[in-house]
Amino acid sequence: MGKLLAVTIIIIAIASAVPFVMHTWEPPADVSTHGGLIDEQMADTMIEAGVSFLAAQILLGLFIWQFSKPRTDSKVKTFPGGAKGLVIAAIVLVGVEVLALGAFGSKAWAAVYFTPPAADAMPVQVQAGQFAFYFRYPGPDGKFGPLHPEMINEGNQNLFGLDPEHDVESRDDVVTAEMAIPVNKEVHLLMHAKDVSHSFYVPALRIHQDFVPGLDLSLHFTATKVGTYEIVCSQLCGLGHYNMRAYLKVLSQQDFDEWMKKEQAAQ
Amino acid sequence: MHETAAPAVVHGPPTTFLSKHVFSLDHKVIGLQYYTLALVAVVTGMVLSWLMRIHLGWSSAAIPGLQVLSPNGAPGGVMTPEYYLQLMTMHATIMVFFVLTTAPFAAFGNYFLPIQVGAEDMPFPHFNMMSFWTTFTAFLILVAAFFVPDGPPLSGWTAYAPLSAIGKNAGPGEGTGQVLWAAALGVFCIGQLLGSLNFISTVLDMRTKGMTLARLPVTCWAWFITSCMGLTAFAVLMPATILLILDHVAGTSFFIASGLVLNDQLVPHSGGSTLLWQHLFWFFGHPEVYIAIVPGMGIVTHVLVTNMRRPMLSMKAILYSMWALAFLSYMVYGHHMFVSGMNPFSSLVFSFPTLMITIPSTVVVLIWIGSLYGSKLRINTASLFALGFISMFVSGGVSGFFLAQPSIDIMLHATYFVVGHFHMVMGVAAMFGIFSGTYFWFPKMTGHMMNETIGKIHFWLTFVGTYCIFMPFHYLGWAGNVRRYAAFTDDFLKPLIPVHQFITVAAIFTGAVQLLFIYNLIYSRFRGPAAPANPWEGTSLEWAMPSPPPWNNFGGHDPIVYHDADQYGVKTASGADYIMQNSPEQALGTAEGD
Amino acid sequence: MTLKHVFLAALATLAAVTLTAAGPGSGTITGKITYDGTPAKQKPIDMSKEPSCASQHPTPITTETVVTGPGNTLENVVVYISAGAPDEAAPSAPVNFDQKGCQYVPHMLAFQTNQELKISNDDQTSHNIHPLAKINQEWNKSQPPGTPPIIAKYDKAEMIHVKCNIHPWMSGTFAVLKNSHYSVSDKDGNFKLPNLPPGKYTITAWHEPDQEMTQDVEISGSETKTVSFVFKLKPY
Repeated sequence: MGKLLAVTIIIIAIASAVPFVMHTWEPPADVSTHGGLIDEQMADTMIEAGVSFLAAQILLGLFIWQFSKPRTDSKVKTFPGGAKGLVIAAIVLVGVEVLALGAFGSKAWAAVYFTPPAADAMPVQVQAGQFAFYFRYPGPDGKFGPLHPEMINEGNQNLFGLDPEHDVESRDDVVTAEMAIPVNKEVHLLMHAKDVSHSFYVPALRIHQDFVPGLDLSLHFTATKVGTYEIVCSQLCGLGHYNMRAYLKVLSQQDFDEWMKKEQAAQ
Repeated sequence: MHETAAPAVVHGPPTTFLSKHVFSLDHKVIGLQYYTLALVAVVTGMVLSWLMRIHLGWSSAAIPGLQVLSPNGAPGGVMTPEYYLQLMTMHATIMVFFVLTTAPFAAFGNYFLPIQVGAEDMPFPHFNMMSFWTTFTAFLILVAAFFVPDGPPLSGWTAYAPLSAIGKNAGPGEGTGQVLWAAALGVFCIGQLLGSLNFISTVLDMRTKGMTLARLPVTCWAWFITSCMGLTAFAVLMPATILLILDHVAGTSFFIASGLVLNDQLVPHSGGSTLLWQHLFWFFGHPEVYIAIVPGMGIVTHVLVTNMRRPMLSMKAILYSMWALAFLSYMVYGHHMFVSGMNPFSSLVFSFPTLMITIPSTVVVLIWIGSLYGSKLRINTASLFALGFISMFVSGGVSGFFLAQPSIDIMLHATYFVVGHFHMVMGVAAMFGIFSGTYFWFPKMTGHMMNETIGKIHFWLTFVGTYCIFMPFHYLGWAGNVRRYAAFTDDFLKPLIPVHQFITVAAIFTGAVQLLFIYNLIYSRFRGPAAPANPWEGTSLEWAMPSPPPWNNFGGHDPIVYHDADQYGVKTASGADYIMQNSPEQALGTAEGD
Repeated sequence: MTLKHVFLAALATLAAVTLTAAGPGSGTITGKITYDGTPAKQKPIDMSKEPSCASQHPTPITTETVVTGPGNTLENVVVYISAGAPDEAAPSAPVNFDQKGCQYVPHMLAFQTNQELKISNDDQTSHNIHPLAKINQEWNKSQPPGTPPIIAKYDKAEMIHVKCNIHPWMSGTFAVLKNSHYSVSDKDGNFKLPNLPPGKYTITAWHEPDQEMTQDVEISGSETKTVSFVFKLKPY
């Protein structure tokens, strides 16, 4: 039975690795400028994790195969090098390498979080609420009108709580349910939560950031490929969490301008 | 150093049915009570997971009879999104607290810790009894959430504020259900604090003559380390749940920021902090993961060393690694919050201790595997589950390489990759530890041997089945499948539904296999052949007493300990390859050869 | 006489009064709802988040907080007798409230206390029905596609704002009223309260979110009286 266990463990280990090696299930293709670093980091980690995983499982299998055989002699043997060798192996081969991997990976993290947005980045505000995202563009005046949470009324689509009667800056603000951005133009995303925690997850853009009620955060990114992508919520926000999404349209500058004109007319 | 005999036992033999089986002061009965509670909890949790899995595979399917169980949650048998989340919350809470914390730590620890240190009982038997009944009360409070009008909370076992703090306006179950949930956890903490206190005192003060700290079996160390974590981690969760309840019932705003709007109405709270809950919860939550797994590591080491017939290459390396895990577990909790709005610089700070966890984990795994080399491994159900534990621990552990890195977390945070990771390493691995411990100690606890044939079938089907369930979780997460979704309606998630259906089939099959285990428990309890005192030829003190042990463990005579618990693979005058801890016999040399 | 007897006697008297007063009369109140000022601009609704609904509306529907007709008429105003008429038992026929194309049909639903309310989901997606009752018991339930209608009742009169959190643009009102004399103004602003016995009545016209006007009317015999309400509307 020991041999069977050995074989089973090795078969399971190899079978488990196959979909990763064959790229059977992949994240949506990257369309961001910074995502390459993340993908590279994932691939590097996959190699290290994969090798560790297979090595440990196969070694476990082999030893079970070899030493579960009933033996008549009463002798036990000790692994060559003993514990010291294994501890050193754990620290050097796995520990140091993983730490090094982490250190190199900081670059990918820094590319997203430690660089300020360009001065000419296009500001877009996103508001997350149960259970939809809404977006706001500042309009021709380039200024966002102030928010009045007490004025939010979804029934008449005052989704952000704007007061155009009193706030001049609000009058030209463009509020939309889908997000459109020009391709190859940096976007400065201003994140605001209306009610509870949500998350802004765009797998294709390699962007993922929670909304924190009471704390407005920001992100910046550049999309490199025209297309429609899904923005989904990944932070449990209530019963409609599974259905909280919006579409991100990456458009050519010309198409974006037309889209904006259409949206302005609809306000 | 403790050279005197352990203090005399603080209670006499039980005289009535109540004092023997219900309000018992005997640590062994309390251990069995914890085990029974965990068994009830795990069956409940598993049935909940079945319902969830069916819904995830076939979200518009009607589950026959479910509308009777919950007319609101499943109109016509079709699960509503909120009911899915409510079941999910209850599944996780029940499993984490009442199974993974209760069984390996409170159940086995209560039963075997005093015995293994050579004591007649714990130093505070009344606290011990209170600890169980408090935990039991917590379970009742939690389950009561099913019976309040809006049902249990839907905010997940992490109960992120402000969703969990605002009240019923935030969603079904977020009113009374959430308060019951928080109350249950608060009460649970009291039970664990009392238990941890007892465990720590037992190890420090109740060791019998000759049982120096260096001679403690590895299981005692595992429970001791877990108690130290329990004492500090639950002490943080308890106030957090109290603050959460106050936000509900007293109008405070600990976790609710200003200016929030729900259903077009301004939430009448202001000034609280969203991230405060996450910090408090994960400061508890991450040690909790190790509270679930460290006892399992101890049990598996104990089972393996007995069945390998040789000492571990280095028991010290294992012990130091467990201490390192416990220590690091307090410095890494931020890796749950990489993208949650914490300062991105903190993410890097939390990332490195997290990556460092790889080192002690790898040391333990390599010592286990390396010790197999040259051993005389005995294959029985207990050792099969212990070996399965190693395989699962490795599988669940390597996914940590990814999740420890903030940059990769951008892709994998809150996806099924995380779900696969923690189910493998703290769910399945810990369950394998519990199974291993059960098959190993059942003869001692009941006086009957368990059926090995059924046990082995149970192992094989469970081992293959759990891989079929939890490995595909990683593939789903890799493809960006977000967790905690009641249905998959997004364009990039729809192609993944067949994978979910495969998992569902595997989960129902593997769950059904567990009936074999329950049958084996009940059958063997009454019909199993009588167990000898030391069926596995072990060295620790639990094997130096009859099966089952008498109420005062050692029959009023304190055992004297001469060795550590690793005297396997030795030459003795009697020809046995082991020396028990309480035997004055000296080894004639090791049986080592080349 | 015990307290119970007193209670029963009172109940019997009340029932008798109710029965005699509830007999249908032949008076009628009709009228037209119009507005003054500038109504708020109704905004188009972008349903792109729910493709199965968006595809049902080739031209986007707009919000319905103010629905006007030619000649400054105002739709969706509920007109009812707020004083002068006795409370009535609910009719046995249920009222229907549908969710179709991620929109409530009708937008304004008037019905009686304790009358059965039947809520159906005609869409391919789950809705949650969340009537934000303040006097009655508040509830919030999801209705997955293909599941049986939700049956509900309200036992106290109240204007209840109804919304769906999954589709936040969905908005409607339940007007829960104490008697059967009510009417919701049509697209020409017309309303009609028939079958009124002679008496003095207070008529209330209510428009969302919370605009209310009242007038006193006396009906004698089978006459038809006309009353009109003019709502003052603001662009914001």
